[in-house]
Amino acid sequence: MDLNFSAEDIAFRDEVRAFLKDNWTDQDRKDMGNGLSMDHDIPVRWHRRLAEKGWAAPNWPLEHGGCPWTPTQKYIFDVECANANCPRLISFGLNLVAPVLYTFGNEEQQKKYLPDILSGKTWWCQGYSEPGAGSDLAGLSTRAERQGDHYIVNGQKTWTSTAHNADMIFCLVRTDPSAKIKQQGISFLLIDMKSPGITVKPIITLDGQHHVNDTFFDNVKVPVANLIGEENMGWTYAKLLLTHERTGIAGVARSKNRLDELKAAASTEPTGMGQAPLIDDPSFRAKISQIEIDLMALEITDLRTLADVQKGGAPGPESSILKVRGTEIQQSIAELFLECAGYYSQPYVKDTHWGNYEGEMIGADYSTSTALQYFNTRPATVYGGSSEVQRNIISKAVLGLR
Amino acid sequence: MDFNLSEEQTMLQDSVSRFIQNSYSFEDRKKYIEADNGFSAENWAMFAELGWLGIPFAEEHGGFGGGALEIMTVMEEFGKGLVIEPYLATVILGGGFLNKGGTAAQQEQLIPSIIEGNLQLAFAYVEPQGRFNLADITTTATATGDGYTISGHKGVVLNGPNADKLVVTARTAGDQRDENGITVFLVDANAAGVNRRNYPTIDAGQGSEITFNDVQVSADDVIGELNNGLPLIQSVVDDGLLAICAEAVGAMEVLYKTTVEYTKQRKQFDVAISSFQALQHRMVDMFIEHEQSKSLMFLAAMRLAEGSDEASKAISALKVQIGKGGRYVGQQAVQLHGGMGQTEELNVGHYFKRLTMISHTFGNADFHLNRFGEL
Repeated sequence: MDLNFSAEDIAFRDEVRAFLKDNWTDQDRKDMGNGLSMDHDIPVRWHRRLAEKGWAAPNWPLEHGGCPWTPTQKYIFDVECANANCPRLISFGLNLVAPVLYTFGNEEQQKKYLPDILSGKTWWCQGYSEPGAGSDLAGLSTRAERQGDHYIVNGQKTWTSTAHNADMIFCLVRTDPSAKIKQQGISFLLIDMKSPGITVKPIITLDGQHHVNDTFFDNVKVPVANLIGEENMGWTYAKLLLTHERTGIAGVARSKNRLDELKAAASTEPTGMGQAPLIDDPSFRAKISQIEIDLMALEITDLRTLADVQKGGAPGPESSILKVRGTEIQQSIAELFLECAGYYSQPYVKDTHWGNYEGEMIGADYSTSTALQYFNTRPATVYGGSSEVQRNIISKAVLGLR
Repeated sequence: MDFNLSEEQTMLQDSVSRFIQNSYSFEDRKKYIEADNGFSAENWAMFAELGWLGIPFAEEHGGFGGGALEIMTVMEEFGKGLVIEPYLATVILGGGFLNKGGTAAQQEQLIPSIIEGNLQLAFAYVEPQGRFNLADITTTATATGDGYTISGHKGVVLNGPNADKLVVTARTAGDQRDENGITVFLVDANAAGVNRRNYPTIDAGQGSEITFNDVQVSADDVIGELNNGLPLIQSVVDDGLLAICAEAVGAMEVLYKTTVEYTKQRKQFDVAISSFQALQHRMVDMFIEHEQSKSLMFLAAMRLAEGSDEASKAISALKVQIGKGGRYVGQQAVQLHGGMGQTEELNVGHYFKRLTMISHTFGNADFHLNRFGEL
């Protein structure tokens, strides 16, 4: 056991830092504003710069364009990116459908889709949840019927993030409604978003923004060549994808960075009780310390998971720990930002959220978006498998409780 | 010992409750928010007609002669409908200053206008550096001739955009955080030197950043005692705390009930999700938080109504419970509604937003935990 970086690791870190210095500049950070409205353009910009360098998909197999990095180096890369305030990459292509493609897709599908995902030419969204199938994902009812060389798809997907910017959607569809067990009879289809019969309708979330959609399928024709693996075996492929999704959501490096920003904000926030800033208030400080401790533990759990993956394939059901705790920590940090801002979490002036806003701010710079960020982190314990579902997974698959 | 409302109070509760049911659906509320001034002028006129704007005022001014219990009753019902009309700012805070500290002339001149629905007020007390300390005041009022000159910045003034007159806390003597040397002034919102930057708030209200640049007021515009305004401010803020906490209790009731109903209807894994024990226990805890909040609301209202020395302590206890319980109920309601709880189109998120903003108003749970210990 050794937590220290080797000389190679330090050299690697310096290389990453040098790259970031030139490729994610102050102007890029300014353009991000408070990060509330950067679903597409900003992450796309960052993705393409990484792709040019060959660093867009460190976790992919080498033959498809991954990086020959050790778990430590992947960790270093994440931490440095978070510290440089780089945006989160859009994960639907890169981290969700890609592992399914390179694990279960045929050679033709891999050649057709993976290079464009890597380069940032094609953008994907995820057709999993339905109005009647949330936590019970296998209860989905979007139907795909085989007619010659095509499937005809009918139904509705919901919470489809970025569907309004996507070129492709990967969908779980029901191909055999008579299957005895509902997990059987599901297939994994890749569908072109420009197909006739697809309608995308925005859902506005609590932060007043358009991140997610309802996506409707009305007799949409999908070539059989777009089926992943075998018909009716989609659930197996979907489960692999879900473990990748969970791991990605933990966001340890980003939370560490946010916690540092929170400390900085609390160091300037007056208490109204004397000269000392809010961070010196014992009750506020205790809350920050508790989050910091939770995060320290999660960071090591994350590294242990990464090391296990390095040894043998996909992350196991233990990765649910990362999802449960990682999202709770994100929410706690957002909540403390809100608490830090106090009264100044209340004004709701959209202009002040954009990076190009030149006018006078209301309250401290950080305070303008604290309420929206707080509301924005609430779905984190719902999407990607709710905390309740993650606990069920640990309970059944790890502890053997039934 | 009696926890029942009087016959008159019950009638008041029924009448506000009917109004919420008939005129304050989620869709109705959306329309009210979209109006130019951010609330419904028709509703305000109706409040006047029904006598609600006169509840805390003496009968000699045309009021109802009510107190803490009546305010609690109205605000709890308002909380169930997420009422956005500026009752707190105009009647309870602005009106409270006139009621408790106003001169006979101020009362005669202004209280009837409030009751008739023709006067909007706002309480300008927040200062960016002061956080929750009501005595941390840098806005100054300097004696000049037979009046005062006010200069400074007040933040997050609720109902500021609609206010005809502002109730402003200012320092007339002493240092920044001294408890003595604070005076309350009535300032015309359109007076020379008053500059308002107006904005909507995240919970569908209206707020302003207000700067005062050498604003002239007369000696007659002082509310209460010169240099000894803090006890008056604390007394009015205690009433305000009761009001927003009662509002929160109403909102919590809607949230836990809505969540119970939703989980009974929402089917996953072929059963209603209400059948899962892990969710049942959380809804039980939501229910408990609401009941505990309601108990402290009754206690605080009764202590205030009887003018007890223990009133402020009970108010701080209530605010701590609302901070903790409101957070739990709000977060769980959103979580148990799944994706739906995160959308603009469902009322759950809007209750959550309001509870979140109530949690810091007039001091958050930490602040009141500390105050409770000191009192």
